[in-house]
Amino acid sequence: MSDIATGVPATLDLRFRAAAAATGELDVAYDVLDDTPVGKLLVGVSDRGLCRVHFDPDPERELEDLARRFGPRVLRAPAALDDVRRELDEYFEGRRHAFDLPLDLRAAPEFHQRVLAELARVEYGHTTTYGALAARVGAPKAARAVGTVMNRNPVPIVLPCHRVVGASGSLTGYGGGLDRKEWLLRLEGALL
Amino acid sequence: MAVATVPPFERFYEAHNGEVLAFLRHRAGRDRADDLFQETFLRALRAYGRLEHGEHLRAWVMTIAANTLVDAARRERPQAELAADLAIDLGGDDPRPAFEELAPLTDALPPKERAAVVLRYGYALDYDEIGAALGSSEDAARQAASAGVRRLRKEKGAQ
Repeated sequence: MSDIATGVPATLDLRFRAAAAATGELDVAYDVLDDTPVGKLLVGVSDRGLCRVHFDPDPERELEDLARRFGPRVLRAPAALDDVRRELDEYFEGRRHAFDLPLDLRAAPEFHQRVLAELARVEYGHTTTYGALAARVGAPKAARAVGTVMNRNPVPIVLPCHRVVGASGSLTGYGGGLDRKEWLLRLEGALL
Repeated sequence: MAVATVPPFERFYEAHNGEVLAFLRHRAGRDRADDLFQETFLRALRAYGRLEHGEHLRAWVMTIAANTLVDAARRERPQAELAADLAIDLGGDDPRPAFEELAPLTDALPPKERAAVVLRYGYALDYDEIGAALGSSEDAARQAASAGVRRLRKEKGAQ
């Protein structure tokens, strides 16, 4: 791909990207996973951990956004994403029920971080409601605000906002689209 | 006109990697160019977080490529031979290699003049090559280099 686009041989291109990741100088190393069961995913890691999972990425906008939040040294560097790719594969194959990846949520506002920390405790195959999650962070009336936090979850799938549903049990909404929410809940056996 | 913000490194790399590789292959040969290519962009990456704006990135990375070439040549070749090869007359009689004189001297020059001076006198590129590196014409490259040298002479005279 890059061979055609830039005139740099693919082996040389990949060698530089791996070397760049190995320096530890990148603000964000990312990759685009083209063929997951839930479609195309952009995944990004900082020096602290996983900082981005994005459905149907528009690379131009995503890179600008990552650069604004984490710094301009944003580079596609597949070698830096090996753990992320492996854990996601295992999850999609039903062999992994919890992620061991360190997370970097520093770009999220404080309230979001609190809600996301509670979200991390919702277990595989279980669901909760926006209201219940709001109550667990001590803001029982903030169900709608919790919905916003879910919508802006920087690392969906890994932080399982798909496990949060409406009070009536309806799926309600999902940043990646309701089809994906349904697929993930079926994978986990939370929907029959 | 608003000053351009620093683009994500991916965009910078994609925009200039083909040209940097072509330049290095032309100057150092296909075999050595690969290592120099990687070194050039690793140096750029290290400095990238300190950039204050996204102007003249092409001239900037071509200057890094030229410096990488000079450093590699310096490691590989006897010092005396290199000094003879690169020595220039900037109005002084110091026989040190050009790049050693140039590096600290050119810091204060505007980016385009600095790149033109370094490429011309630090690595003896032709003006058409410098023009290609800076995205301007051969004439503009010649003018940028001579403006840079004039400015250096003036500063030297003022000291």
